[in-house]
Amino acid sequence: MTTSTSPAEVTVDPDAYLQVRDLKVQFPTEDGLVRAVDGVTFSVRRGQTLGIVGESGSGKSVTSMSILGLHNPARTKISGEISIGGTNIVGMKEEQIQRLRGKDVAMIFQDPLSALHPYYKVGVQIAEAYKVHHPKASKKEAMTRAVDMLDRVGIPEPQRRANQYPHEFSGGMRQRAMIAMALVNDPALLIADEPTTALDVTVQAQILELLEDLQEEFHSAIIMITHDLGVISQVADDVLVMYGGRPVETGSVEQIMKRPQHPYTWGLLASVPSLHGDAGADLVPIKGNPPSLINLPTGCAFNPRCRYAGTNGNLSFTERPELRSAGEAGHMLACHLSAENRQRIYAEDIAHAGVAQ
Amino acid sequence: MFRFLIKRLLLASTTLVAISIVTFLLFFAVPSSPAWVMCGRNCSPERIAQVEQSLGLDQPITKQYTDFVQGIFVGRTIDDAGTIRECEAPCLGYSFRSKEPVTDTITRSLPITVSIVGGAMVIFLTVGVGLGMLAALKKGTVFDRVAIGASVGFASTQTYTLGGVLLLVLVYSTGLLPNPHYTPITENPLDWASGMLLPWITLGLINSAMYARLSRAQMIETLQEDFVRTARAKGLSPGVVNRRHALRAAITPIVTIAGVDLGAYLGGVVITESVFSLNGIGREAAQAVTDLNLPIVMATVLLAAFFIVTMNIIVDMLYAVIDPRVRLG
Repeated sequence: MTTSTSPAEVTVDPDAYLQVRDLKVQFPTEDGLVRAVDGVTFSVRRGQTLGIVGESGSGKSVTSMSILGLHNPARTKISGEISIGGTNIVGMKEEQIQRLRGKDVAMIFQDPLSALHPYYKVGVQIAEAYKVHHPKASKKEAMTRAVDMLDRVGIPEPQRRANQYPHEFSGGMRQRAMIAMALVNDPALLIADEPTTALDVTVQAQILELLEDLQEEFHSAIIMITHDLGVISQVADDVLVMYGGRPVETGSVEQIMKRPQHPYTWGLLASVPSLHGDAGADLVPIKGNPPSLINLPTGCAFNPRCRYAGTNGNLSFTERPELRSAGEAGHMLACHLSAENRQRIYAEDIAHAGVAQ
Repeated sequence: MFRFLIKRLLLASTTLVAISIVTFLLFFAVPSSPAWVMCGRNCSPERIAQVEQSLGLDQPITKQYTDFVQGIFVGRTIDDAGTIRECEAPCLGYSFRSKEPVTDTITRSLPITVSIVGGAMVIFLTVGVGLGMLAALKKGTVFDRVAIGASVGFASTQTYTLGGVLLLVLVYSTGLLPNPHYTPITENPLDWASGMLLPWITLGLINSAMYARLSRAQMIETLQEDFVRTARAKGLSPGVVNRRHALRAAITPIVTIAGVDLGAYLGGVVITESVFSLNGIGREAAQAVTDLNLPIVMATVLLAAFFIVTMNIIVDMLYAVIDPRVRLG
């Protein structure tokens, strides 16, 4: 054995607002241990956006939920470090995490219709989020703040809209209200979990633009969780690609979108249609399904779906690839393919498909 | 709201009319006659004809029905073999047996049923729903398992079994409680309560079991809703999340079912009333059916139908109050 298996040499920016080091989230179940997240390291600075990409079950949502400390400690094993503004929340008491939730870290969920309470008026729900972290504020002040936030996220007639129920809002307006609720306490970190997936394409762009504008205004760090590389290319500064609970490639948005190195990233790129390319060119889906997190394939977890598995001897099936530098600074990769092979395959097979162009 | 109410009231009246007609027809479809039942085995045909005439059963069915309906709205005069009785509206006729006005029978027995059902309902809505909600919040713990195990046990117990055992232990063997009896609450509230305690416990516990399992299932489902996660993500304490966000949504279907159950129970809880020898509506109805006592059968059936139909309308309106997504119209 000559290959080195030294641990991930991912650097964590010590000044970043959010620093996650070797995060592992496991759920013991009757069928076995679910390794939902198995060693993720990343950091986000204020004013920056990190995109986390992957299919369902890649661990991206579990990662975000653990940053909010939302997992039931009785049924979850969490290890590693999640440092928010200098405080490590792993192992912290529920009451202490509560003080961070919604105030320092806020979240926007995928489907605003089910994420908002159907029985309470939108204004009341936003005011509640404000009041829980401003106990001295009167009901009226909280409500004024809620109306003000609705106005800031571009909802017309905010006074009237605050008195309506979520089902009286359109999908886009509802997501704006959700964003207003998340930003009501000026959080330093905003986690957006597939915020545009449930919306019309035309509304998607508006919501992303809104998030960018608000980020400039509030100077918050944003984690954008999505499976949509179009969204990533529009808003992210850095990208983390996850597969089977582990990072497989990470780098700047430029590196990931223009010079991707991992076959899984290629697959994601090739399966998204491009506006600029050949309209007749077929999209290339990633064949197969995401792996079971209880029983991951040995070696590289992606090997059953990877067209290039086995190119480098038997390594793909026996040894789990660790994140290593992919060449450029900041660009990391967990793949057994040799650098020459990767460049050749990318140029020959991938560069012409989907948004990869 | 107004249009909804008018529509539902019209529908309700139609239902009641239909039920009264069907009950009337069913009664006469039975190959027996109240006269035979009353007169005994060795009755001469002349005597039977006489009894039938005095009960008004010699008239055509349509005439009998229109007389009945007329009695409810404007009152009627009943000729009972020479004895003329003026029956004022709402007239439900006279009992074939005791010759007591049916309205008197109802006003005597209804408070008993209302007392039993009211008290039992307080028990199963607090104990049952409370235990179910707690079990959901403590899902998988010993508390949850004991609560659910006990509720399976009680749910599979029959009223007459539990009632009989309670009577035996608490009344006959130890004398801890007086024999169940009915004293109007207006006369002596304490005696009213002590006389009703056993039926309350019996009906209350058996229904608690059902409501506990229902509430647990509802609450567990609601706790997995996205809006509960949102509430937690806001930084609300678990207590506020559970009460203000989860409970509020989980309770809605329970209100619906409790309302419909209330309607059904007010029409009579035959077994509970019988086990504890309380002459509520249910027992009167059951007795009237064996006696072929048409006026009481009609009155109790219509009353039961009235309660169910009314509670359904109330539940629908309540639903619109609880859930803003529901629009009446």
